[in-house]
Amino acid sequence: MELALNQPAPLLKRLSWFDWLFAVIVATGGLFALSRFGEFMDIYEKGILLTAIPALAVFGWFWKPFRTLFIVVGAVSLFAISQYHGDLARMDEAFFLKYLIASQAAIMWMCALFGLATLTYWAGLLSRSEFTMKTASAMTWSAVAMGFIGLMVRWYESYLIGSDVGHIPVSNLYEVFVLFCLITAMLYLYFEARYQTRQMGAFVLLVISAAVGFILWYALDRDAQGIQPLVPALKSWWMKLHVPANFIGYGSFSISAMLGAAYLLAQRGILASRLPRLEVIDDIMYKSIAIGFAFFTIATILGAMWAAEAWGGYWSWDPKETWALIVWLNYAAWLHIRLVKGLRGPMLAWWALGGLFVTTFAFLGVNMFLSGLHSYGTL
Amino acid sequence: MNPTPPSFGKSVFELLSSMRFAISLLSILAVASIIGTVLKQAEPYNNYVIQFGPFWFEAFEKLGLYDVYHAAWFLVILTFLVVSTSVCIYRNAPNFAREMKSFREHVSEQSLNAFKHRHEANTTQPPEALAASAQRYLEGQGYKVKNLPREEGVLLAAKAGSWNRLGYFLAHSAIVLICIGGLMDGNLIFKVQQLLGYKKIETRDIPQSQVPAISRLSPSNPSFRGSVQIPEGSSADVVFLNVADGYLVQDLPFTVGLKQFRIEHYTTGQPKNFESDIEIFDRAGKKIREATIAVNHPLIQDGIAIYQASFADGGTRLSLRGWNLFAPTASSFPIEGTVHQNATLTSAAGDSTLEFIDFRPFNIEDMGGDAAPARDTMSVLGGSSVGDKKHLRNVGPSFQYKLRDSRGQAREFSNYMLPLELDGRWYMMSGVRDAPNEAFRYMRMPLDADGNLETFMRLRGALLDPALRPEIAANFAHQALPQNAWGTEIEGKLTNSAEQVLALFAKGGFQTLGQFIETKVPAAEREKAAGTYLRILELTAFEALKIADRQANLPPPKVDDATGWLVRDTLNSVSDMFVYGAPIYLQLMHYDEVKASGLQLTRSPGKKVVYFGSLLLTLGVFFMLFVRERRVWLLIKPGRALLAMSSAKHTIDFEKEFTQHAQALDSLAK
Repeated sequence: MELALNQPAPLLKRLSWFDWLFAVIVATGGLFALSRFGEFMDIYEKGILLTAIPALAVFGWFWKPFRTLFIVVGAVSLFAISQYHGDLARMDEAFFLKYLIASQAAIMWMCALFGLATLTYWAGLLSRSEFTMKTASAMTWSAVAMGFIGLMVRWYESYLIGSDVGHIPVSNLYEVFVLFCLITAMLYLYFEARYQTRQMGAFVLLVISAAVGFILWYALDRDAQGIQPLVPALKSWWMKLHVPANFIGYGSFSISAMLGAAYLLAQRGILASRLPRLEVIDDIMYKSIAIGFAFFTIATILGAMWAAEAWGGYWSWDPKETWALIVWLNYAAWLHIRLVKGLRGPMLAWWALGGLFVTTFAFLGVNMFLSGLHSYGTL
Repeated sequence: MNPTPPSFGKSVFELLSSMRFAISLLSILAVASIIGTVLKQAEPYNNYVIQFGPFWFEAFEKLGLYDVYHAAWFLVILTFLVVSTSVCIYRNAPNFAREMKSFREHVSEQSLNAFKHRHEANTTQPPEALAASAQRYLEGQGYKVKNLPREEGVLLAAKAGSWNRLGYFLAHSAIVLICIGGLMDGNLIFKVQQLLGYKKIETRDIPQSQVPAISRLSPSNPSFRGSVQIPEGSSADVVFLNVADGYLVQDLPFTVGLKQFRIEHYTTGQPKNFESDIEIFDRAGKKIREATIAVNHPLIQDGIAIYQASFADGGTRLSLRGWNLFAPTASSFPIEGTVHQNATLTSAAGDSTLEFIDFRPFNIEDMGGDAAPARDTMSVLGGSSVGDKKHLRNVGPSFQYKLRDSRGQAREFSNYMLPLELDGRWYMMSGVRDAPNEAFRYMRMPLDADGNLETFMRLRGALLDPALRPEIAANFAHQALPQNAWGTEIEGKLTNSAEQVLALFAKGGFQTLGQFIETKVPAAEREKAAGTYLRILELTAFEALKIADRQANLPPPKVDDATGWLVRDTLNSVSDMFVYGAPIYLQLMHYDEVKASGLQLTRSPGKKVVYFGSLLLTLGVFFMLFVRERRVWLLIKPGRALLAMSSAKHTIDFEKEFTQHAQALDSLAK
């Protein structure tokens, strides 16, 4: 009788054969990388690689669709790498590379798919068509896969340019914008499945589309897509941790801002019948800020520790550091008001929306308008 | 019966621990921090005077805006934050600790009935049996359960997620710890000493050994962050701390010697690595250790971290060739110089001083763009990785110097050692500017077929030599006129004109010629006259070159395009000389480079406190945000069971969980 009460079984017993297969694939890949490239890594990089194996496996167990994404991205990326024959020029010669999966081609496909997904989400939202919105979800998944393939291949391409040039593609504004799109989309897809509602996609994809617009302008007008060698200050294993953690923060904060906008519209009766209930929007907005705040806290701490090693002090009141603090204080205040005062409703929605401007300034504005040590991307 | 008004102390306590006060502090802190990012911090005070004018400069200085984050008022805000957070912890701690332990066993049936989330089920089972199965269920769901006998039945009191409260303690203590750690590494001690008059900022530009004790900090100073530049082969036992408009000298417990400083480059020319080979000696001069430091790889010695922070020239020796630009001869003289040192130039116009500022072995230039940013010290930390880097090229060494005349007026020059190719021809480049915030204007001197400056210098001398003018003019007229005009009045006129053009040009270049045309020629004919004069000038210059070559016992110049361009470029260059601002051009022949490494030395005892605080903060934030505190009560009496549930945060997850528990009770009670 008690079995019918969906008592949670122990985690390991709940795992399917696919979960185990996934874990084996992750471990095999990680250990292969370690045996093949270990001699070029320092102890910290080895540590990061080895920790990534269980982290990715558990993450896949926790969020099942990640397993498929991981395997597809891995397989296609390996195929792309095999097409290069160690020659960068093949990028413009081999059919698959040129039109599909060379890093730049894949990133452009990502941009196109995100653009299409945005339109499709809106079409689905306005026509109340569940099928259309399912299509939009599929497009978003495809965009995420293409984006990750693009980054993986770019990582490989950077080593083809020169063994001393190669580095993880999270080092400049172009690369982190791609990362921003991917992380934001993944966070959204998680919420979409968790809350069984696709209607917010129309709003969240708007902020991703804005980022895609930036990527296109940056690549086509400013020619910024080229892989540049790392400046000495960035040559550190800290980058592999600090940057992704930060972008989980930025991505979550952007989602919460978009949900804030949806909340305010729905509250005024605009699109209200097409959007989820206000409590649901409010709940996801809170969850998103909670995730963002936790990771932003970690990212800022990691940044401080890196600064202590590279800049000579864990806190120098550099403009980027100061603005990170301002962003942190902003959401700390938001969470205090919500958790301690128990306040809900339009005020917090407005605040979450306003938070996007603070976050954007910390992310982009500081690079554009203020000068400091943390100027790794210029416009 | 009036309630007694709360005492003052109580009101302050209430205010400090209030949420509104905490939020206000966070907001004020955020706004105050913005100031420091908008206004560049810790610049030389002169820059601020220029930017704001004397009145606002002083007002802003009083407000401490040039070093906001160390201003007294900023520290006061931080202190308030620490106090407010501490009071908050103090106020909530006992309560929260009790809450964490408590199962709230004393709830009555009446109060459970008042819960918003309650569910009733009928049951046929005896209370003890249902209680046992319900307890197993709740424990399976992660609850801690207490089984309490009640009259006629059983009360199950359960709780889960108590760590949420622990998160509160961790996160808030972390803020206090981080602020305390930060204050430990701040300059609070110095501020107090300064206020009491024990310490004083040094503002004079004097050798560090002459800095008096009042501006020195002892090696036992618990916390500092200073920098020092060490030339290769030298050492330092102090660092300098920039404070306001002056500095302090921090004595070190050891001596740092620099053996070598290296810059590695990528094939694209961008810097790849900055490294210093350093040696540490104790105060007695005994070597303790040797190490190589690089960006991201500091060395820790006696609790002091040594960082690679910048680089500069450490006194490169320069062998130069000086050319007198206005002398009629093409002779040069040797000069020796050392970067950061001065030399004296003696001339008829009085003595002037040559101040050698810098030497750069590499200049990565955007060909077509402007010259490199001129900074005395190169940071090794910054750098942008995106941009138009397609036209970047290393154009070789350059050196910078100031020429200060007897009245103290100075101009800054930047000369490249190697020629640069522009429009398909090769030139020696010399940049000049009047103020550091200006861009360099370049004079370009053409090279001859052998890649030397000699031909240019010879022609320049001949053009400026009044003694040669009649001969040049005569040769020109002779060449320009057909044979039947030789010896006629026309030839005399043309000779005179040529001589006049040459004389005007030798006085001030094209500008003087232009002025002459403007004053003497009617407006309608000016363009034509200018064309004629230019043609005369070019042809006479060619004649001048022939004479100069002959005098130097060289074969006559070839009549070809290359010579034509050389003549034209020389005319442009000579014309530029009049606005060049110096009577000499210094050509770099050899150099013996000595680099200096800029090191930053930090002692920060608060770091460990801050890191520990950061760990607590991370744990605290996760507990607070991702552990949900919930309580469940199940009151079982014969025939019926009452389920009630509460949480501080009523989220959707909570609603879902309540529904699940209610269903579970229904099926258990069957």
